[in-house]
Amino acid sequence: MRFVFKTSYDADINWFKHKTQAFWYFVLFALMLALPLYFYFLSDAYLLGEITSVMIFAIAAMGLMLLTGHTGLPSLGHATFMAMGCYLNVIYLNLGVPWLLSFVLAGATAGAVGTLIALPVLRLHGVYLALATLAMSILTGDFIVILEPWTGGISGLAVPDISIFGWEVNKYANPYRFYYVVLIIAIVIIMAYRNVLRTPLGRSFTAVRDSEISAQAMGINLTVTKSSSFFLSATTAGLAGALFGHSAGYVTNETFDVVMSITLLMMIVIGGLGFIHGAFFGAVVFGIIPVAIANGRSLLSTSFDININIPGLENGMFAVILIAFILFEPMGLYGRWLKIRTYFELFPFYRKDMFRRQKAYLKTERVQ
Amino acid sequence: MDFIQLLASGLANGCVYGLIALGFVLIYKATEAVNFAQGDFMMLGAFICVGFANEDFLGWSFWTAVPLSIFFMSVFGYLFNWGVLRHMFGRSQTAIVILTIALGFILRFAAGTIWSHEPVSLETPYAGKDVSFGGVVLGIDEILGVIVTIILTISLFIFFSKTKLGLAMQAASQNQLAAYYMGIPVKRIQSMVWGLSGAVAAVAGILFASKGAIDPSAGLLGIKAFAAAAIGGFGSLPGALLGGLIIGIVEPLSSRYAPPGVSQIAPYAILLVVLIFRPGGIFSQTQKKKV
Repeated sequence: MRFVFKTSYDADINWFKHKTQAFWYFVLFALMLALPLYFYFLSDAYLLGEITSVMIFAIAAMGLMLLTGHTGLPSLGHATFMAMGCYLNVIYLNLGVPWLLSFVLAGATAGAVGTLIALPVLRLHGVYLALATLAMSILTGDFIVILEPWTGGISGLAVPDISIFGWEVNKYANPYRFYYVVLIIAIVIIMAYRNVLRTPLGRSFTAVRDSEISAQAMGINLTVTKSSSFFLSATTAGLAGALFGHSAGYVTNETFDVVMSITLLMMIVIGGLGFIHGAFFGAVVFGIIPVAIANGRSLLSTSFDININIPGLENGMFAVILIAFILFEPMGLYGRWLKIRTYFELFPFYRKDMFRRQKAYLKTERVQ
Repeated sequence: MDFIQLLASGLANGCVYGLIALGFVLIYKATEAVNFAQGDFMMLGAFICVGFANEDFLGWSFWTAVPLSIFFMSVFGYLFNWGVLRHMFGRSQTAIVILTIALGFILRFAAGTIWSHEPVSLETPYAGKDVSFGGVVLGIDEILGVIVTIILTISLFIFFSKTKLGLAMQAASQNQLAAYYMGIPVKRIQSMVWGLSGAVAAVAGILFASKGAIDPSAGLLGIKAFAAAAIGGFGSLPGALLGGLIIGIVEPLSSRYAPPGVSQIAPYAILLVVLIFRPGGIFSQTQKKKV
């Protein structure tokens, strides 16, 4: 059992709680850096491409996590911001803007537009925001068709390659370079996310999530806090969208649909609401399950001669898993891991109700 | 003439939207949960009726199939609240939103597996018959849809204002704690509201499936009905119906008279405009929350 003795105020906001934790994160970092070597010797980069797209979705999920997990505002429209980021990035690139600049600009523009759209709705409570973002998400495809001169409409838009000072990156020609680009961006975003959470702004996000009224009583400006959260969240989703565009190579009006928005939300719930790790866990689960179902299907048909071919099985299974998580493990996969870790850290002293919410009351938005 | 024809068919569509929206509002008023699966409830109700009435399935009489499917949907709504949603008490609204979205996925999957993903149409005794009023041709199914909606609205109104159970439901939705102190079994009342909303969804589904084909993804229609509920103001029953009618009428008119693409956007554009300028909906009931 470890006891961290805090001797300075910085101990509360340090990057790592103790040296062992720092050690394990560096091990993870080194492993992620060395991962392409393995696939290089295997000379089969397919799986690396899958890992890269899981990371892209994890970035998008981090964007949503900041909004939903840390500020408590549900959004059913984050695919829209991904679409904005993706299309704006391509438009800037075609105008001749260098990639680094266009990538950042695309994210920032997506964030700004998203905040402008959400600003009027942010004054209302959760359900209306979910509704407005859902409407936004449904309209995305239609707007892409309407804005055909810029977006290519139904016929779609080809995404140019990444070029950083003459260093060309294409997902198919060189998956290793693309992997490193995504990895570096993911790490930068994680660091930014961690840093935001330890600023006063980040603290006020959590305060707003836990109780809007008490946050207001502490002098937090609700509108400013919520719209900053929305801006950061939409920007991150926009960056992920730009990367997604490079990964897909070709995007049409049907790429960023409602299902993608809902998938993002499912990811963060399964991963664990309110934890940065949760975004990654969720993205990994959503990367693994389709592969697992496909493998299970082929295993059943080859070794037992049972052919299961039910359309929509993936979505049904996702939904069942999701409901099970919401009912039985509200803290998600990361919460489960925390519980297991705490069990071993405190070995004989772990109690069943240790992670139970202190207060369980009806969260009402009405006058009582 | 053209205009009146469009208006009439829009009205019939609007009734279906309005009924689904009514189901949302019932649940929202009573439990403050938002049922994103209401459209899928509607779809399931329609499919249960199809399963009983169509020749390809059981082939029973239409008039036994209708009450049976309404009954099954209300039992389903009751059991869902009793078995799942009640255990979510005290959890954030986000969790409930996600839970009902997931339920929608499951229902879509179940309906697709049981009744196939092909569009089917409900076989009714009055299918294909129509009446003509001075040049305007109306299908019996459309007229029946409007009439059923009116009857249902009036009976719901009487139920909520005159019967003991309806008053108890109103009380429980206005202030749960006070209702509980008054001896109202709030938990059971909430499950009953879910059951009622399931029954309303089944009626909407039957009306929808008798007008045209239905397939498991028809539940996505619920999103439009959702827009209808928000346009009308989320806590208001007449508002929900009005919102449904507005969307139902705007859709065919805009696809006829406006440039292409507008008709898909119109319902949601109206929703966004209403949310921005009149955030509580047309029949706004939001008040400032006190500490």
